[in-house]
Amino acid sequence: MKKVTRWFSRNLIRIYAVLGFTYLFIPIGYTFAFSFNDYVRSNMVWRGFTFENWLHPFDPLDICTALNNSIKIGLLSTLGSTILGTLIAFALARYAFKGRGFVNTLIFLPMATPELVLGASLLTMFLNLGFNPGFWTIVIAHVMFCISFVVVTVKARIASLDPRLEQAAMDLYANEAETFRRVTLPLVAPGIAGAALLAFSLSFDDFIITNFNSGTTITYPLYVYSRAERGLPAEANVIGVSMFLIAMFVVLAGQFVGNRRNSNA
Amino acid sequence: MVAVARGTSSETFSPQNFRKRLATPYLLLLPGMLWLLIFFLTPILSLVSTSTKVPGLGIGEFVQEYRWANYYDALIAMQSQFLRSFLYATAATIFALVIAYPLAYAIAFKSGRWKNVLLVLVVAPFFCSFILRTIAWRQILSSDGIVSNVLTFLHIVPEGTQLTANAFAVIAGLGYNFLPFMTLPLYASLERIDPRALEASGDLYANGIKTFSKVTLPLSMPGVVAGTLLTFIPAAGDFVNAQILGTPSTTMIGNVINAQYLSTSNYPLAASLSFMLMLSILVLVLFYIRKSGTEKIV
Repeated sequence: MKKVTRWFSRNLIRIYAVLGFTYLFIPIGYTFAFSFNDYVRSNMVWRGFTFENWLHPFDPLDICTALNNSIKIGLLSTLGSTILGTLIAFALARYAFKGRGFVNTLIFLPMATPELVLGASLLTMFLNLGFNPGFWTIVIAHVMFCISFVVVTVKARIASLDPRLEQAAMDLYANEAETFRRVTLPLVAPGIAGAALLAFSLSFDDFIITNFNSGTTITYPLYVYSRAERGLPAEANVIGVSMFLIAMFVVLAGQFVGNRRNSNA
Repeated sequence: MVAVARGTSSETFSPQNFRKRLATPYLLLLPGMLWLLIFFLTPILSLVSTSTKVPGLGIGEFVQEYRWANYYDALIAMQSQFLRSFLYATAATIFALVIAYPLAYAIAFKSGRWKNVLLVLVVAPFFCSFILRTIAWRQILSSDGIVSNVLTFLHIVPEGTQLTANAFAVIAGLGYNFLPFMTLPLYASLERIDPRALEASGDLYANGIKTFSKVTLPLSMPGVVAGTLLTFIPAAGDFVNAQILGTPSTTMIGNVINAQYLSTSNYPLAASLSFMLMLSILVLVLFYIRKSGTEKIV
């Protein structure tokens, strides 16, 4: 008995961590399980196991359009915010200039503002200008709120570089452009890739800002939310779980490649 | 920094070159800053402008009268939702802190070679749609859900007890959704602690509890501050959790703003509420950062 209590007190923090992770994954496990539910109309009670939903995930009306829009918006806003944010990150990490305080504030403010306010204020401006919200206003909004996250991620990566590597390139008679292209950029690339992945997942999963600026355009989170009251088709679970698995695969593959690179170097 | 040092050593220091150098950072900043000026700062000004408008003659038409009393009216009309938002967000932040701290501690000090995998697992829920997970919680906590059935089986609650549609479910949902935002900064600051500091504390006859309260906790404060802010800010402006897991008596300010914009179309009211929400959060954040004395973290 004494042994058991000692084991418990020694492993208390580990037990706690296991419970914490269980808590984090309960809803995902639930969503996964109910993607196999043989449901009728609303996917609320378990009625039996089926592969039907996984074989025909695009059967419900609108779900394909919604997913298509989400992917397009995600890619466009990832491209836009990664380019704009990376440029800012280089300026902040590599140059001394006047107005740094203002730039830092303008980067920080969108992250400290609730999404609700970002979405509502953008909609107000579009309405005041007589602009109809739709696909492109969603892209504009997503680029706007992703920029700050890209800047923070890429800036951290640039700051962590060993300056001696670039000095070595210069000592070996590489000019500034060459040094940037062959030394700096490859070293910063994992940071940029991480920022792009972050931007895509933020854009793909965004509901609040999108909800304000979507007009009649429908994205995957909007679809899920609009069906929440009437009951969600299990095919929505299939798509959610698939996206989750794809993202996990990309992240783990990235880690694996990173580890191998580190061990080779 | 490097570029500045480099410029003087490897290049001729001509005036043209110097001017080009001066312009480079601004050229890099220009597109992104313009985007934020046009689509972040201008909309905020637009929000303030709309907030002081009054209804015009036509339906759905508003004219500018600079009626600052709109703010007073909005505050009086929606004070309970405002209060509830800050109350729920605070409770959710504490809830998330209590769950995330030991989790971050375990990853930082007890995970060994599993560290990277566990860090991926912490952010993993983000890759599954936030709305989908919230709906899953509603179903799990519903009267015919798993939790209710288990508790009924154990005779803890009567049959058919509904655990969702109450304030607790909303707070737990908020805490759940922003948990990774809490865990990551906590982990980052715990991981940076020099293990020798903990050893030294033990050598000086401090027990586990004392070492934690006198060494670990103070050294992890930057993480606590960053994590609580990253959880509190989105939680205070959220309406999805209150919508899916709550009832009409648990509506937060986000629900009001959302409804006023998208169904009632009372733009001045919605705009003044949004602006007040933004300002009150900014003031709280600045006060909190000042108070906790970690201005460098943001």
